[in-house]
Amino acid sequence: MKAFTYERATSPAAAAAAAAKPGAKFIAGGTNLLDLMKLQVETPTHLVDVNRLGLDTIEASGDGGLRIGALVRNTALAADPRVRRDYGVLSRALLSGASGQLRNKATTAGNLLQRTRCPYFYDTNQPCNKRKPGSGCAAIGGYSRALAVIGTSADCIATHPSDMAVAMRALDATVETVDASGKSRAIPIADFHRLPGNTPWIETALQPGEMITSVTLPRPVGGTHIYRKVRDRASYAFATISVAAVLRPDQGTPRFAFGGLAHKPWRVEAAETQRDAKGIAAAALAGATPTAQNAYKIPLVERTLASVLAEGAAA
Amino acid sequence: MKFDTPAGRNPIDQGKVIGKPTDRIDGPLKVTGTAPYAFEQNAVAPGHAYGVIVGSSVAKGRITRIDSADAERLPGVIAVVTYENAGKLGKAKAHTATMLAGPDVEHYDQAVAIVVAETFEQARDAAKRVRVDYDRAKGRYDLAAAQADAPIAKGDKMKTARGDFAAAFKAAPVTLDATYTTPDQSHTMMEPHATIAAWNGDALTLWTSNQMIAWAVRDMSETLLIPKEKIRVVSPYVGGGFGGKLWVRSDAVMAALAARAAKRPVKVALARPQVMNNTTHRPATIQRIRLGAEKNGKITAIAHQTWSGDLPGGGPETAANQTQLLYAGAHRLTETHLAVLDLPEANAMRAPGEAPGMMALEVAMDEMAEKLGMDPVRFRVINDTMVDPEQPERKFSDRNLVRCLEEGARRFGWERRNATPGQVREGRWLVGMGMAAAFRNNMNMKSAARVGVDRKGVVTVATDMTDIGTGSYTIIAQTAAEMLGVPLDKVVVLLGDSRFPVSAGSGGQWGGNSSTAGVYAACMDLRRRIAQKLGFNSDDVTFADGKVTSGNRSVDLAKAAGDEGISGEDAMEYGSLEKDYAQATFGAHFVEVGVDAHTGEIRVRRMSGVYDAGRILNPKSARSQVIGGMTMGIGAALMEDAVVDQRFGYFVNHDLAEYHVPVHLDVPHQEVVFLDTLDDKTSPMKAKGVGELGLCGAGAAVANAVYNACGVRIRDYPLTLDKVLKGLATA
Repeated sequence: MKAFTYERATSPAAAAAAAAKPGAKFIAGGTNLLDLMKLQVETPTHLVDVNRLGLDTIEASGDGGLRIGALVRNTALAADPRVRRDYGVLSRALLSGASGQLRNKATTAGNLLQRTRCPYFYDTNQPCNKRKPGSGCAAIGGYSRALAVIGTSADCIATHPSDMAVAMRALDATVETVDASGKSRAIPIADFHRLPGNTPWIETALQPGEMITSVTLPRPVGGTHIYRKVRDRASYAFATISVAAVLRPDQGTPRFAFGGLAHKPWRVEAAETQRDAKGIAAAALAGATPTAQNAYKIPLVERTLASVLAEGAAA
Repeated sequence: MKFDTPAGRNPIDQGKVIGKPTDRIDGPLKVTGTAPYAFEQNAVAPGHAYGVIVGSSVAKGRITRIDSADAERLPGVIAVVTYENAGKLGKAKAHTATMLAGPDVEHYDQAVAIVVAETFEQARDAAKRVRVDYDRAKGRYDLAAAQADAPIAKGDKMKTARGDFAAAFKAAPVTLDATYTTPDQSHTMMEPHATIAAWNGDALTLWTSNQMIAWAVRDMSETLLIPKEKIRVVSPYVGGGFGGKLWVRSDAVMAALAARAAKRPVKVALARPQVMNNTTHRPATIQRIRLGAEKNGKITAIAHQTWSGDLPGGGPETAANQTQLLYAGAHRLTETHLAVLDLPEANAMRAPGEAPGMMALEVAMDEMAEKLGMDPVRFRVINDTMVDPEQPERKFSDRNLVRCLEEGARRFGWERRNATPGQVREGRWLVGMGMAAAFRNNMNMKSAARVGVDRKGVVTVATDMTDIGTGSYTIIAQTAAEMLGVPLDKVVVLLGDSRFPVSAGSGGQWGGNSSTAGVYAACMDLRRRIAQKLGFNSDDVTFADGKVTSGNRSVDLAKAAGDEGISGEDAMEYGSLEKDYAQATFGAHFVEVGVDAHTGEIRVRRMSGVYDAGRILNPKSARSQVIGGMTMGIGAALMEDAVVDQRFGYFVNHDLAEYHVPVHLDVPHQEVVFLDTLDDKTSPMKAKGVGELGLCGAGAAVANAVYNACGVRIRDYPLTLDKVLKGLATA
């Protein structure tokens, strides 16, 4: 860990202004950032602690949905009765992630911003374009069993590790932010995370200093909510793949978002009109470029979808 | 004492304290966080500085330049030690690679420097600023590629044969020829390697985390080129070792060098990634097994060839161990090959040999039973042997494998198993049962202790034995209490200090039986001295209820000790009984798993076993040992896999997020039953090792259950869902 300076922000706009300076970063739960700092994968020179800004409530939004404060802890969000009743897929996704201790610390905004678990990203001896732009991608041609199969680039095949974000993608959440000038904006979750392209170190639509203040969920869509996380051990493991499904919503087609496939929560709305698992998987994974080690994810998506559809039909 | 004839009746047979389920006497210290582990021994090393080890970023090559100027300029930095300024060092015979690289680098993350600073944070930051340039050399990292040219390893029993295997295999009506692979594994003990080193003139003290105190003294002496008498090693509490702490590692050596350079005590702990690439690991294996049998299931031919790799001068994984002893068969062959690889040092990990060996042999037995159309339990029963099958004149000291198999099958409800795979379904789960034998060799090691009684009747045992979470403190206290007729709370146990008599240490599941046998010997010496002091005839003296009694005379033990106290000291040494008799521990594992029919995820649903390990000294801690082994068996079968990057030559998934071991949700209820056997040829304790037995075969039982559940036979561990899916797709 490199020495850094530290301040406690007094307002979201002040936090954004402080974090806009080169080398500055927000810290909230710290469950990912601190580990990365210890390894010097992240080397911020200044930390802006946003933990005392409030932003930790879940409130009804004007249009019948929910506004989740950026600092609502994962545990609190998963346990909220409104979330459990109306957005079950989100509660289930949260509870499938990390461990109880981590969920107690981890925040809603921080969860969206967690970095990849690609093992080469974590080892500063190895090339990694995400960690050190231009150094190359050790994962390509290396250990890639857990990595992305779609939306990859010649520079990066990392995945986004969040479960929560996958459910939010299925629910069409919106990320609300404020910048240093106090100006706020709303970013649809679909546009929030980026594909790696040739700038894999740029992971989101956020501008320097721009701070997430809340995530809003639209009015409940009804239906049967399932989050299926496929993993190598029963708990405390990142998804090999995951499926966030809303089946039989009050209106429109079912929704399917996927984790463990890409640099962002993966959802192809056009695939949702397909009638069966095979069709949905084929459409959602069109253009996939798996490695030999992670090609198993392609059939696994279809098989898991079949399981989810069967579970939904029985529900 | 020398143990060279089978034990007769002795005070241990009273079973007043020994054999009773007993809470750990060190438990309260541990659960209140007041048992000081190595890194927490602050009180003994005031004014200490912190050391952080810099590891090599290449797996093989030569250091061309070290530039520590930037690091040394940082605030708080006291010293940077590298091979250039460390002074002359030796290499301990027990070490395959050196603990400090330079100029040659032998493996990835091998220590190239240690940075010492006032605070941990300063040292860790400065460590990142030590610039080391390398000439990278081409290394060998692929066991499969090295297999063809790998010779038979040097050492005993690396090639064994009896009869004519080739002819018998050819003639057998039913045969199996299958190859299994097991991956590299990391010990991943909870407490990483850690040491505080302090010099007093030319004398060195190490507070460290180590399984074998006397070996640690020897290896430090050989490395630092100073006399053993000048080295004290203290390791009273060890947060797990699994063989990874059998030998001092870089934390100890580099802490000593750093403390010498800094002229003050230095503490060093390895970070988790360093545990995986800087220290040792269990090497990957390739194992070919051939079985030939008559149609009635009698094995006529059995061969087990294994391959593993290590750095030049290293040793093999002896994965054919159990195949030399477990099953009958007139025509036999084992071969243990060793390839040269430039990965980090391969070495012992819990049940070296049998742990991966049983993962192959016991799956082969399952496959063969199916070919024979025979129940797997029955197949093992009819191939049981009461003699060493390679030397039929050599009997087993005591062997109750068949009882374990039959009792285990009955308790588990084995008769409900459907022998045809893939037939039982509960919702999305395909459910299957599997079993395997358990087998682990028994070893005895010379072990000494000193036992004293003070004027208050308090018994103090001192021995350099270690407690690596196994429960040594408690079984040693039980032994002394039984031998001297005092309650457990009158016994104080002091362990893990090289100033104490040299014990067996903790390794190879020999620690429990051997160290208590050493305490038995010391207690016998003390009993003689007390009897002599009291003028009693030592042949008819009893020690019970805090009294020493002979005929109608009885004296309080405290009074017998007198104001001066009295003590005895002795070692237990072993004669030829280990050669005359095959000594081993046995058991049977039974497992039920579910395999998700869609995703291929495997979850263990039930696990039970029956074990035969002689006298169980403390059923409570022995059970803990066995369920820990069974849990490690789940990990070995389903997830543990230190993945080698073949380009860069290192274990890529070097943290606990990516190197998976089982978590609570992976481990179902585990039932453990011990047979009430005594083995009078192992020691006066009539006990055997039990710490590793629970692991040996457990992984194979899981794999066999997976096959029974879904019909996919995976011979390449771990059994991950991608391999299940591949099998389901082609099934």
